[in-house]
Amino acid sequence: MKALDAERDTFPKLVRENARRISGKVAIREKDFGIWQSYTWARYFDEARLIAHGLAALGFARGDRVAIVGDNRPELYWAIMAAQALGGVPVPIYQDSGEKETEYIVDHAEARFAVVEDQEQVDKLLSIRARCPRLAHIVYDDARGMRAYRKPGLVSLAELRELGRKFEVGHPAHFDTEVAKGGADDVAIICYTSGTTGVPKGAMLSHRNLIVTARNAAEFEGLREDEEVLSYLPMAWVGDHVFSYAQAIVCGFSINCPESAATVLSDLREIAPTYFFGPPRIWESLLTGVLVRVEDAARPKRAMVQFFLRLAQDIERKRLAGQTGSLWQRLLYPLGSLFVYGPLKDNLGLSRVRRAYTAGEAIGPEIFLFFRGLGVNVKQLYGMTEASVFVTIQRDGDVRLDTVGTPLTDVEIRISESGEVLFRSPGVFRGYAKNPEATSQTLADGWIRSGDAGFLDHDGHLKIIDRARDVSRLADGTMFAPKFLENKLKFSPYVREAVCIGQDRPCVTALVNIDLVAVGNWAERRNIAYTSYADLARKPEVYDLIRGEVARVNRSLAEDDVLRGAQIRRFLVLHKELDPDDEEITRTRKIRRGYIAQKYAPLIEALYAGRDHVSVEAQVTYEDGRTGTMRADVMIRAVDDAPARTAR
Amino acid sequence: MKGSAAAPPLLEVDRVSVRFGALIAVNQVSLRIGRGEIVAIIGPNGAGKTTLLNAVSGFYRPYEGTIAFEGRDRTRMAPPDVAALGIARTFQNVALFKGMSVLDNIMTGRLLKMRGSFLLEALYWGPARRQELEHRAFVERIIDFLEIQAIRKTPAGRLPYGLQKRVELARALAAEPKLLLLDEPMAGMNVEEKEDMCRFILDVNQEFGTTIALIEHDMGVVMDVSDRVVVLDYGRKIADGPPAEVRKDAAVLDAYLGVAHEA
Repeated sequence: MKALDAERDTFPKLVRENARRISGKVAIREKDFGIWQSYTWARYFDEARLIAHGLAALGFARGDRVAIVGDNRPELYWAIMAAQALGGVPVPIYQDSGEKETEYIVDHAEARFAVVEDQEQVDKLLSIRARCPRLAHIVYDDARGMRAYRKPGLVSLAELRELGRKFEVGHPAHFDTEVAKGGADDVAIICYTSGTTGVPKGAMLSHRNLIVTARNAAEFEGLREDEEVLSYLPMAWVGDHVFSYAQAIVCGFSINCPESAATVLSDLREIAPTYFFGPPRIWESLLTGVLVRVEDAARPKRAMVQFFLRLAQDIERKRLAGQTGSLWQRLLYPLGSLFVYGPLKDNLGLSRVRRAYTAGEAIGPEIFLFFRGLGVNVKQLYGMTEASVFVTIQRDGDVRLDTVGTPLTDVEIRISESGEVLFRSPGVFRGYAKNPEATSQTLADGWIRSGDAGFLDHDGHLKIIDRARDVSRLADGTMFAPKFLENKLKFSPYVREAVCIGQDRPCVTALVNIDLVAVGNWAERRNIAYTSYADLARKPEVYDLIRGEVARVNRSLAEDDVLRGAQIRRFLVLHKELDPDDEEITRTRKIRRGYIAQKYAPLIEALYAGRDHVSVEAQVTYEDGRTGTMRADVMIRAVDDAPARTAR
Repeated sequence: MKGSAAAPPLLEVDRVSVRFGALIAVNQVSLRIGRGEIVAIIGPNGAGKTTLLNAVSGFYRPYEGTIAFEGRDRTRMAPPDVAALGIARTFQNVALFKGMSVLDNIMTGRLLKMRGSFLLEALYWGPARRQELEHRAFVERIIDFLEIQAIRKTPAGRLPYGLQKRVELARALAAEPKLLLLDEPMAGMNVEEKEDMCRFILDVNQEFGTTIALIEHDMGVVMDVSDRVVVLDYGRKIADGPPAEVRKDAAVLDAYLGVAHEA
């Protein structure tokens, strides 16, 4: 473990240093009232200190837990620092979590305070407070709609600041004393991971975990003080915490909070970040947006764009394989930059990106090649909440399609006998809050069991195959890696989600979610009228389309000696989209297999019973928590096995 | 915030009738709207609701009776003068400038507040520039309030109906009205859009203290939102009171709600 200087071993201390060293540099921007409002590091520190004083006035004690709920807002980042400064622990919670999930976390974390964005979150917390008696104070930022609220323990941020100002007069040394008491090994944050099985677990990360990992990654990647980041991913997710909080403070770069969830794409364009992070679904939706617009363009324009995009992907594919494009291609590329790649990057807000990451799930090769072809340095990263994110990164100039890169500085990787990836690093967490059993299952002698099956290739690159516990066998003993198949399916722009089933079954079958934007556009182009997702999902034409995609996956499987036997024989298009509100996928869009197998058991039985349609009733949860029932008749289609072929 | 009987009402309509030839659309209607109230005007089709609103906004001239706003008679006034007094409205059928952006549409709501010479405006210089920036800042507050940041630059004509209604409300709010007249603000909306609109109406009332008179058919909305309900039938006022009372009134049930259990 690297020693940390006692003057710089917690985030509040680092922010204090930034407030001196680069006091006038912008730390946070937020688009508000149509204008990007800037806050400097000096202001960042003052605001956080004021909030800390306010919390202290309410009786905040060391060790108190603070729930943080809302969209990415400067005030909420300041509240995180305020809690840390007073020796408390912030617990960010997904802002779109329902009452049940929020209640579980607030209760389990024993939160005494909550700092939240607006009325929506206040209402949620007020209604769970009856069952979480420890939750004494709720602080809210946006007062709108709450004029008539008179509840004990409910204060606005403006009132809290006022309390803080008064407190400061009486206790001028309180803040500095409390900050000085903090040390590197205090818990800095508890991130609850949704988990694909069971209840959420609260991963405790210390200041040391986060500071050392953030610094190592910044050095590894050459991050600078002038980076610009768009903070648009949920604050409850460890990724946002590391990029928008830990790394921003360690490096002193600026983060930018979008105006609202709906304006992220235009805000992205206005900010043009230099350092960007997106899970595959973000890259997918950017690409889908481009392709839909290309389809709508006039014919000559469309032909030109398609020609140059193909050229870029072709060159990039060769480059990743260590070859160079033909002379002709190299001559044409600058022309493509001028007419297509440059304008397109500018339009997407990716023109200034020096490095971008994709992680969390496998990314489709077409998507990866598309952005790299444009000249966006997007790279794969492998990380976990329990590791303070970073485990491996693809180095610049050593990017591959099918690996997640090499270990970061100070990270050791080992593969267990059963093929599971184990690692050890300075970022390895302090354990799960109040859950020694889960901690001992994951953490032994400083090594973390990732739960992922994978291997290191001869260049030291890590390759992930699937979740270790999901790799299983068909009834006849053929190896079956569901996520591998699902990712292949999801590489199609028309498939949004897929769930493959096959463990101890005679063959593989799939439940498919279509992509409403892409398939909707495809349908409009063919004059197929539809009203809703459910309606579109049951069109025979859509089934033909998806069948083509499944056949494509089967053809690529036929080239693989091990997985040839696990081709998809039958599929259906689900009548509803998988939704975190229905607990079918996690908030980070990981499939909860056990739950789906149980919930859709009749559908799955019908797939294996050889029927050609099945009727279902499904429970749906609306955003306000009410539930309703929907009935549908779902068709089932069979797909032929592709003949065995040897690899090219 | 709610208007009490003792304070002078914001709007006082006294025995107003509106005639179109031989047809008496509004017949001797009197009503008072206190400051800060939300009043719903309901009634069957052709009951004279919109006509009454048009009389208040100066679009129709009453045949008899008086209309007083803030204690001053304004029975005979043209719509621009009424607007300048602080009465803004939205329309039953959306009336936006379809080719103009949402932002520009809302800015038109500020026109009455703008002062300055044509030349300075054209040059965008000095006081004209300062004034434009002030108005833009005000409009941005409304955009934030109604959560329409994402469509700021979108041409109004390209928006779905529910959002157009919201933009229309934004334009009315831009005039900083004391009295806001909403003609069927939720017509043609789905349940979710209606819920949003209800919340916005309540928030406008609470945050800006704006007095609101609205015409609405959805009884659920009327019961949830309004402090007081005025019922018209064949041009006459047949009931006036809190929602819970009006809902039980026999004349109202006969005229409008049909049978009792349907309410």
